[in-house]
Amino acid sequence: MKAAPTSGDSPQGEHELYREVILDHARNPRNFGALENATHTVDGINPLCGDRLTLYVDIDGERLDAVRFDGHGCAISLASASLLTVAVQGRSVEDALELRDNILRLLEQGIDYLGPATPQHSALAALAGVRGFPSRIKCATLIWQALGQALKRRDAGPNPTVTTE
Amino acid sequence: MNSLPDTPFEASASLDVRADFPALHQEINGRPLVYLDSAASAQQPQVVIDAVSRYQSHDHANVHRGVHTLSHRATDAYESARNRIRAFINAASLSEVVFTKGTTESINLVAQSFARPRLKPGDRIVVSHMEHHANIVPWQIVCGQTGAELVVTPIDERGQLDLEALDRQLDDRVAMLAIGHVSNALGTINPIADICRLAHERDIPVLVDGAQGVPHGSVDVAALGCDFYAFSGHKMFGPTGTGVLYGREALLEDMPPYQGGGDMILEVRFDGTVYNELPYKFEAGTPNISGFVGLAAAVDYLETIGMQRIARHEQALLGILTKRLGDIPGVRLIGTAAHKASVQSFVVEDIHPHDIGTLVDQQGVAIRTGHHCAMPVMQYFDVPGTARASLALYNDENDVDRLIAALDRAIRMFQ
Repeated sequence: MKAAPTSGDSPQGEHELYREVILDHARNPRNFGALENATHTVDGINPLCGDRLTLYVDIDGERLDAVRFDGHGCAISLASASLLTVAVQGRSVEDALELRDNILRLLEQGIDYLGPATPQHSALAALAGVRGFPSRIKCATLIWQALGQALKRRDAGPNPTVTTE
Repeated sequence: MNSLPDTPFEASASLDVRADFPALHQEINGRPLVYLDSAASAQQPQVVIDAVSRYQSHDHANVHRGVHTLSHRATDAYESARNRIRAFINAASLSEVVFTKGTTESINLVAQSFARPRLKPGDRIVVSHMEHHANIVPWQIVCGQTGAELVVTPIDERGQLDLEALDRQLDDRVAMLAIGHVSNALGTINPIADICRLAHERDIPVLVDGAQGVPHGSVDVAALGCDFYAFSGHKMFGPTGTGVLYGREALLEDMPPYQGGGDMILEVRFDGTVYNELPYKFEAGTPNISGFVGLAAAVDYLETIGMQRIARHEQALLGILTKRLGDIPGVRLIGTAAHKASVQSFVVEDIHPHDIGTLVDQQGVAIRTGHHCAMPVMQYFDVPGTARASLALYNDENDVDRLIAALDRAIRMFQ
């Protein structure tokens, strides 16, 4: 008996998900490790797999002066977090939130609003490989959800937690 | 297991039953499917699918209600399924075989209807560190309701129960012991008969979570000596939404109903309702009739092949799988108990289990990755999750070869 065709993944479909830039950021995550004196700290938890990432942001007025993360996760969640830290460092809060919205639209709906094809944008666009792997989309979105939580909460208080569920 | 073979590695590596399972004959990502996730849910043989379809096509009506012919047929089919399952686990009477929707509901039923009315503040419920969440959370809930405390029996680095610690823990404060027959995450087979003896010397009732016990060998509740034995149909090649609670008749008799509704009553009056007799007292509402017809067909199928043969086959294949996995550099086996069912968890150095799962799926190999609803086990071994291959009667050595090849490929990709 033959199965119904799957979503067109070839045996090499894994390279769609694990593109070289993703593997690079997963093996050597940038800005990894806690940020002392962070103004905002958010824990992101994926209860499905038990992954836990912590995002640290230092906001000076309206600018993200420093962004770091730590924790454990799969290659996709680590690469996504690493790419995030590189992409939003130095941006204004407003810019960072817009990028977050655009990344979530790309990952969840496949709509690319990332704009001109700069090298940074093409690195971020590599995350779109999760589109063919529905069970892995949340791995990529987790840290961006955490960023939104951090930036939308401007007051002090206990660290919030976001989950993928 | 009551039926573990003495010489596990002598059997053949195939039972030649693959043709009986239609779902196995398909391609996933361009490769023939290798299904190594039966511990999560087992595939169904054609005879089960046909039995359900035949019942739905010809015999369906509600049970225990109508006087018409179809209602008789449906009731016969449902009750003969109960008798089939009674014989399969060697329960003494039909009153002791309660149909539920799964192991989880069976355990919750015992927690709420048996334990809750008996517990008082300071009483203890003992569970082990290797339990599935379904044998932890219902007891935490009942502890919250009654002021009882949950006590956890430790395991060792091979994933075996610390029987000396259990012996010390089972003191006169303990009102209930809830223990898995076989660990879903580790494969460990617990010595249930010995544990029941120990508990009963101290008048402690024992519930056994048998979700992973029933598929791997013959289970004889009388020989095990447990008070309750809970299991699910879909782990033993039957339909989802079918579960069984075996309970000692004297205990079930004293327990209040778990849910109220139709079928669980003899007489309803506004000034008082008389509950039905066992096991119907615990089966409120229209049950999953076709599901239990399918489960009875699964029992017939398993017994035709023979539970001893299945156990020998699985043990032989487990030996091959464990050896091959252990030979891969960077692989750490999680769960290496002396007595194990055909489940092997593992982690690969520097590769997250989810990445392993996705990559081997790209090669057509289905394994489970994550915490396996046993987060305390993951915490004990200090891993976020594991990859787990589970073997059933339809797996063979080729399946192991395919898994190893897919793993090799995944590891090379991450190097």
